[in-house]
Formats: sequence, C-alpha cells, structure tokens
Amino acid sequence: MSSPPTIRPAGNHSVLIELEGNDAVQRLAAGLEARRGSELEEIVPGHETLLLVWREGAPPIGAIEQLISGAELTAEASAQPAAIELRVRYDGPDLAAVAESCGFSPEELATRHLACRYRVGFIGFSPGFAYLLGGDPALQPPRLAEPRTRVPAGALAIAGPYSAVYPRSSPGGWNLIGSCDEPTFDPAQNPPALLTAGMAVRLVAK
Amino acid sequence: MSVTIEVIKPGALTTVQDLGRPGFAHLGIPRSGAADRASLKLANRLVGNAEGAAALECTLIGPSLRFHNDALIAITGAEVSARLDGEEVALNCAVTIPAGGLLELATTSTGLRSYIAVRGGIEAEPMIGSRSSDLLSGLGPAPLKAGQTIATEEPLGEVPAIGVAPVAPPVDVPLLQVVAGPRADWFADDALALLAASSWEVSSDSNRSGVRLIGPELPRLRHDQLHSEGMAHGAIQVPASGQPIILLADHPTTGGYPVIAVVASADLDAAGQLRPGQKLRFALS
Repeated sequence: MSSPPTIRPAGNHSVLIELEGNDAVQRLAAGLEARRGSELEEIVPGHETLLLVWREGAPPIGAIEQLISGAELTAEASAQPAAIELRVRYDGPDLAAVAESCGFSPEELATRHLACRYRVGFIGFSPGFAYLLGGDPALQPPRLAEPRTRVPAGALAIAGPYSAVYPRSSPGGWNLIGSCDEPTFDPAQNPPALLTAGMAVRLVAK
Repeated sequence: MSVTIEVIKPGALTTVQDLGRPGFAHLGIPRSGAADRASLKLANRLVGNAEGAAALECTLIGPSLRFHNDALIAITGAEVSARLDGEEVALNCAVTIPAGGLLELATTSTGLRSYIAVRGGIEAEPMIGSRSSDLLSGLGPAPLKAGQTIATEEPLGEVPAIGVAPVAPPVDVPLLQVVAGPRADWFADDALALLAASSWEVSSDSNRSGVRLIGPELPRLRHDQLHSEGMAHGAIQVPASGQPIILLADHPTTGGYPVIAVVASADLDAAGQLRPGQKLRFALS
C-alpha cells in the first residue's frame, strides 16, 4: 500500500478518511463492508474520502487504524466489482451546446461518451444519484451557471469529470446530454438504488 | 384500538417522524427522522410506545387535531401552549384525550419543534425501513394537510406510570459544543476562533436539511474546489459566502463545501430546536 491514509475528525461520532484516489476509496470501503452493523452505522464513499459514522460516542482513533489495516488485508478478495449496462439516447437539451464548447459535433460527443468505461465513484446529491468516473478528459464542461429548477428523471448529464443519470426529477445544475429509461432508484426495491459505489457501468446506445 | 385523528389545521409544517433510516447514506439516502431525537423518544416513552415509534413533528406553528376515539398522547420538545377543548394541557406527560376532543398547539415560544406521540404510534407505510418524512428526498409520508385523517397502529405493551418527565427548559441562547474539522485547515487561522467567539443568528432560510446562520464571514485559506465527500449529521458546512450551515436530519449525504467543525452528538437535538431569528453560540471542545 502507499502512504497511510489521513484520518480527520468529523465530530465525535465520525471520521473522514482521506485516501489517494477513488480506487483506494473503493478498496477500503469493500474491505470495511463486513464491519458495517449496529456500531459502525454508515460507510460513505466520496471522491477521495470515506466517511465512517458510528452510532454514538467517540470512536477511538487506535481502533480506526486497526480497522483500516484489517480492511486492507481483506481488500484483495473484493476484486471484480459488479458490472451493469445502461441504455441511453443522446437527445438532451444541452447536447448541442456542450458538443460545440468541447469542439465536437453532437455525434462525435455521443461516440466519445459511449466509448468510456465508467465506474461509480460514489453516490450523493440525492438518493441513487451515482457519480460516474472514467469519462473522456475532452468532455468536461463546467456546471450550468444557472441550475435548472427541474431536471426530468432519467436525464443523462455531465459536469466536470463526472457523468450521471438523474434518478428522479429534481433541481440540477448539470449539462443534460441525453436520457435513460432504466429506473435507477425505486424505494420499493431492496436495495433501492440500482447503482452502488465501485460498480462498473457501460453505456450503450438505445 | 386504533385511533383516528382528523387534521383540522396542519400548522406550519407537521410531518410524521421516527428515528429515521440509518445505514443507507452510501446510496445517497439521508438518515432523516426526528430533528430532536431525544424529544421524540421521550414522547413515545410517556405513552408506552417503543421509543422509535412514529410520531408527529410540528414546526413553529402547531396543528389542530380532532381525535375521533379516546387516546393517550404526550407532547414534548419546544415550549408551546397546547389546549384540549380550550383547556391548557401540560407538556412532557401523558394526557388522556376523550373521543371528539380537539387538541390545538399554538406557536412555540422557545424552541422550534414539538413532538406529539399518540399511544400505538402513527400509522404509515414504512419506506426503506422508516416511516419518516424526508423532505429533501421526498421519501415517506407527505406533510399533514387540512381535512386529512391519520390513524395509529394497535398499541403494544404497558403504559408506564410516569408523572411529568423532568426536562431542562430550552435556553434563549444555546451554546453548542463543536469538534474542529474535518476541513478546518481550509480556513484562515483565526476562523475557528471567530466561529467560537461570535454570536450567530438563525436565518429564516432554514429547514430540516440545514440551519443557515448569519454572522461574520469565516475566512477561507483555500479557494480551490473540494471534491464531494460524505457529510456527518451536525457538520458545519461553509459555502463560498462564508456563512455557515449546520446540517440536520434531512441533509444531503455528500457535499462539496468544506466543513470547519461538527456539532457534538450530545448537542444535535439542540441544533434541531434552533428557530429563525434566534441567537446561538459555539464552544470548541
């Protein structure tokens, strides 16, 4: 392993572990998953961090270091993440503008966007909203200057290094380049979210 | 026996809350649940419910409720005038309501959120393991509306023989203990001292996701973009404006603004009682 992770206090019931890159986040999250339970309540991946939330009281720092080194030993086993395909159309209202700002035609943008191998870096913003990493470095438009008050469910969007499918209708500031009919969040399902951190995602043209 | 309750007036915002849905933050699902968990648990204990049973969380202006059956209730949380058929009833104790009784809660005088537990617990379809209304994510039952009826589950267990529960009265200017970090190093050297030395005012733009504060700008050292990271309940997030936000029960599970400090777990319930216009202070622990 590389340099030891930085452990930052996040109140007296949680810590934020800073890691080198999202791959390291996925490895540690996978290694800790078996420890999630009544004491360790939440394991929340971020882009380069993992937040651990305990039920109550101060988690002793020594125990956290033990927890991490124990997790590193078991992480080897968590090799292949699950893979999933999402069928998408490039028909979003921002497609033409994003393509132009990146110097491509809409067709070239779609081809480039489809060619990437994505992985879920983390979930956040709203239930089931998966931040997909692994996008084309030539396709990194900034967020919209003025967020939309309503983005439809299933909108395929990009902002900076991330791509995402909006699980449900919500406000949003990302560039809408397409759409996906696949439901990605359903509270009646178990688990309610289709995508989880670490999962490999392929986009295929519908 | 199940109790039917008719909502005559819903109040400013009355929702169904239990202890929330922990364990799903990695799927972007906030814990949600009562903003003042101790008050919810107390209300439930007073009427013999499991402490995590679903109850009503009333915000600032309380509801008017017509009980169609005999019921046993308890009101906890904020200081508020509560009347049963016009007669004042005590807080923090079990109150018997006769069939046809009208319960009216006024505007809270100290604190923001009152809890009304009804023996049996409020009936609602659990969603992802909880009956809580998560207003950020739109999960759980919708806020109460006039004309609607709600019901309780069948009661289980005994009614405890408790008189009035001893509860510390809410204070005018609460002092919340905070722990520095995780991103205190993104701020200027004096920012933590400024956080602790200043008097903060609660903005009217506050809700179950967060309490927005008005006060001096907390100066940033680093102005680059923070990658999104997991947020703890009670995190004091500082957006570009420099005006902090304390994250409450319905907070987004991840965020991209640096967190200068986090409210200690013992004071999270007090944070859930902060009302617009109120002053508060922080102490670094």
